Amino acid sequence: MVLGLLWLGIVSSPGWDRVRQTYFDADDFRAAWGPVTSAFWLNVRLFLVAEVFILVIALVVAVVRVVPTPAMAPLRLLATIYTDVFRGTPTLLVVLLVGFGVPALRLAGAPTSLFWLGVIALSLSYGAYVAEVVRAGILSVHPTQWASGRALGLTYGQTLRHVVLPQALRRQVPPLINDFVSLQKDTALLSVIGLVEALRQANIIGQRDFISTPLVVAAVVFIAATIVIARFADWLTLRSMRRQAGVV
Amino acid sequence: MRLTPLAAAAATLALAAACAPADESSSSDDAASVSLDQCKPADLDLYKAGTLTIATDSPAYEPWFADDDPANGKGYEGAVARAVAEKLGFAPEKVTWVTQGFNEAIKPGAKSFDFDINQFSITSEREKVVDFSSPYYKAKQGVITLKDSKYADVTSLAGLKDAKVGAQVGTTSLEATQQLGLTTDPLVYDDTTKAAQALQNGQVDAIIADVPSAFYLVAAELDGAKLVGQFEPRTGESEEFGLLLDKDSPLTPCVSAAVDALQDDGTLEKLQQQWLSDAVDVPELSQS
Repeated sequence: MVLGLLWLGIVSSPGWDRVRQTYFDADDFRAAWGPVTSAFWLNVRLFLVAEVFILVIALVVAVVRVVPTPAMAPLRLLATIYTDVFRGTPTLLVVLLVGFGVPALRLAGAPTSLFWLGVIALSLSYGAYVAEVVRAGILSVHPTQWASGRALGLTYGQTLRHVVLPQALRRQVPPLINDFVSLQKDTALLSVIGLVEALRQANIIGQRDFISTPLVVAAVVFIAATIVIARFADWLTLRSMRRQAGVV
Repeated sequence: MRLTPLAAAAATLALAAACAPADESSSSDDAASVSLDQCKPADLDLYKAGTLTIATDSPAYEPWFADDDPANGKGYEGAVARAVAEKLGFAPEKVTWVTQGFNEAIKPGAKSFDFDINQFSITSEREKVVDFSSPYYKAKQGVITLKDSKYADVTSLAGLKDAKVGAQVGTTSLEATQQLGLTTDPLVYDDTTKAAQALQNGQVDAIIADVPSAFYLVAAELDGAKLVGQFEPRTGESEEFGLLLDKDSPLTPCVSAAVDALQDDGTLEKLQQQWLSDAVDVPELSQS
């Protein structure tokens, strides 16, 4: 009912005809579909590669921050500074600084490929977010679990590896997926350094022809990808719940 | 100010009637044209009554504007906007300048200005969504490289086919990259400043921009870069800049009449020589 009224309100508004012409034109949609979806393949590759790096960075940073040994203090400080800096910096800014700033240094061996610069920028930024998720997950495991691990004669590292992390990681799945959906969308930020990904491709067509339908195409593609990730997450969660409950 | 459909229809009718058979002295044979006599401030259906509201993007840069102040009448577009306003009977103090992003100006919906002057290329696709006045400028495309680039001495477009080329999204420059027969797809940037950074970093070998912007980039934003040459864009429509108005704006015929008058009396040519004179000396790149 509410949706119907909203729909009616939009459709009967004086600007609707022009909005429909610019945003929802079937011919423009079909014409933009091919180029935008093939450009989206770049987003998928960026996302998948960055995700691997992010998980590694996050796990290392989180573990460094929870291990209480005094010997780790300098590393712990470093990890804290890293999270503070990259969580506090807008992702777009990190992308610009890495994408244009790193090559400007002209360091021998520094990557010049825009793809890898993009992956580095996203990994740095998201690594900080995800590290906090992982750390929270580790801290959420009840202290008695640590104690029982140690009581069984496991070392601190073994307790972490075999007792705490398996429980922690399982709890983190929903927030992790949340961050990865966000990462998947933020691959579009890499268009600013020159990569022609789905949003930029839509932009190119849209600005050439003064239409916005290609943007809707890009939105549809991003939403579709998000739904795939969300259902995968649901499946993972269900599976782990079944296993924990002993029902297979 | 929102127009009721009735008022809009009435205004259109009034204009149509005004320019019908009586209009014999007009130099243009365009059916929609009106003579400037019918475009007095009192006759115009303005965004804000009593003042002509002109929009452009911020920052307003050279050679189109000067000192980031569109209202000072300096720079080519600054001077053209002032001249158009004067033709329509608005002294400089009767003009209000507003900031309007390039991309926002072309979205559907009511406009918050009378016209926008921001190097909008006129294309038939764009004309479906907005109105354009008669063109006030025809731009060629310039090729910029670093001075020590292996492409710094090319004399033809074919010489650039293996180069990595950058251009700004939504510009004729990006369309014109198709004329180079490139072996790798061009890289696309939000603005020419980012393309310039990529050139400086060696991420692209050359950037394409319209000649006046190219001059600005070489002079102000780039170190050790040069304007290698210029060429006439062939893909799409010829590169002409027009003033942008809301779709079916009742002002379009009057604004066009003002631009036509400036064209006829030589003002546009004079202003181009004054503000865009450098563009004359750039070598022409062969297209075959």
